[in-house]
Amino acid sequence: MAEYEELDDTGRRDFLLKVTSVVGGAGAAAASLPFIASMNPSAELLAKANTEVDLSGIPEGGMHTVAWQGKPVFILHRTPEEIKAMKATNGGLQPEQDSDRVKKPQWLVVIGVCTHMGCVPNKEGPGWTCHCHGSQYDDSGRVIRGPAPNNLEVPPYRFIAENKIMIGQA
Amino acid sequence: MANRIINWIDHRFPLTSFVKHELTGYPTPRNLSYLWNFGFLAGIVLMLQVLTGLFLAMHYKPDAAIAFDSIQHIMRDVNYGWLLRFMHSTGASAFFLVIYIHMARTLYYGSYRAPRELMWWTGQGLLLLLMATAFMGYLLPWGQMSFWGATVITNLFRATPFIGDQVVVWLRGDYSVGDDTLTRFFALHYLFPFLIIGAVVIHLVALHTVRSSNPSGIDLADKDNIPFHPYYTSKDFFGLGVFLIAYFIVVFFFPHSMLEPANNIPANPLITPDHIVPEWYFLPFYAILRSVPNMVGGVVAMGLSVMIFAFMPFLDRSRIPGGGRYRPVYRMLFFIFMLDILVLGYVGFVPPTSQTIAIGQVATIYYFGSFALLPFISKAEDNWLFKRGLPPKILALIASEEKEKTKRRQR
Repeated sequence: MAEYEELDDTGRRDFLLKVTSVVGGAGAAAASLPFIASMNPSAELLAKANTEVDLSGIPEGGMHTVAWQGKPVFILHRTPEEIKAMKATNGGLQPEQDSDRVKKPQWLVVIGVCTHMGCVPNKEGPGWTCHCHGSQYDDSGRVIRGPAPNNLEVPPYRFIAENKIMIGQA
Repeated sequence: MANRIINWIDHRFPLTSFVKHELTGYPTPRNLSYLWNFGFLAGIVLMLQVLTGLFLAMHYKPDAAIAFDSIQHIMRDVNYGWLLRFMHSTGASAFFLVIYIHMARTLYYGSYRAPRELMWWTGQGLLLLLMATAFMGYLLPWGQMSFWGATVITNLFRATPFIGDQVVVWLRGDYSVGDDTLTRFFALHYLFPFLIIGAVVIHLVALHTVRSSNPSGIDLADKDNIPFHPYYTSKDFFGLGVFLIAYFIVVFFFPHSMLEPANNIPANPLITPDHIVPEWYFLPFYAILRSVPNMVGGVVAMGLSVMIFAFMPFLDRSRIPGGGRYRPVYRMLFFIFMLDILVLGYVGFVPPTSQTIAIGQVATIYYFGSFALLPFISKAEDNWLFKRGLPPKILALIASEEKEKTKRRQR
């Protein structure tokens, strides 16, 4: 049987109320995690996260577009003139050396997704132009006119043979 | 017999008194113009969308492999499927048209002012829900515009600080818009109308607490109110007739006017259409997004361009009740603002060139500038009008309203 003074102790009651609220809130937050996580890419999608590409069919000066994780990846077989032109500059809005963006200078591998709003830029003359909002990229995938803030992303990839790359594994 | 049933119910549920207080006998200002029809019309369009959407969902397949074909199935094979779909697609545009007129009326007549701030803010929430519902519904036909519209808009969330990229992947359930995105958008597109209905109930409860505004902007005395039924039921239903004629002219004769030709090409993640345009009701906001050269800045500006209306009750500092009716400067500001929105809509519609970008930037600055300057302009206008002397009729109205208010307070 509780004493009268104990019943009158509102500090104790407030403490219990606060602790219950915190524990209850933490429980609700923890319970929401599976629901939030269920909206992330499924195991099936993650398993398909790598793409192997045979480069031997791409002629010099030609470009192929392959799908990797549902996104287009541009593979550009650059001519010596294009390589020379790209080595001469550092790009525009996000300066970067051409040599940092390629593994072999004749092969440029970039994700073909405009860093502005995610449209696929079109190959036009030298470089790419995004028709959604007018951004321009050079032959190294570097942005030279906004509104895109960044260069075209270089996906993780490695050469698994002389003319074969695996996109998704660095 | 009927009386006995109603009596039986009334003992257990306030049916008769509810109908009398909130529907038939609900006091409504007698000077409402046809611009006050649009809230009712929005409710009707909501019902139309829920109904046509329900029946469309019985035939539609939310799977990336067959979604596009299921739309063709609805259009060709399902009995009256074409009618259901055209009513639904036209209904989306009609919904925005009705809501924008409803909002423009509120802005023009200053209906957002005290005591109706909560009406305005719940309305703002309803607009956001409507935009989200329309955006998710637009992905479902799984055409090129559907796909790229959803890609561009989900990409906006990259502007989230620190975890932008993860948020985008989480929203899509994939590294790009895909099957998972389509299925969840369908689930949410089905859920959101119910949230809208809930928010509408809150909107209406607030309305019945503060009562309808009216063109004068002054809360009318009881003698100037008339019962909702039969006066406004007949007026609302007449307006509904006019609306339905216009709506079905589009449904039957120009159903494609609201649909993008590019959306008749199945979604292709590797090719972006040359020119991505959102639906007409998003064009002004899209133009603001494109006008800001910085990505995060553009997203913030676009979000703000929708949300900034919520500040109106604080920005308007005039002592003169209402909006455009008795305030010439406010009236002029309103019409220039409407023109500015049309200019933005045009800029959002055409492909970006340096000229249209420049026009868009000027229009964007004017858009935000008119909100930023409103406190000063409304104050200056107020001083000018009081110095010049208000027409005696308005002064009498304001005075009689004050008297009513004090009388109510004393009661």
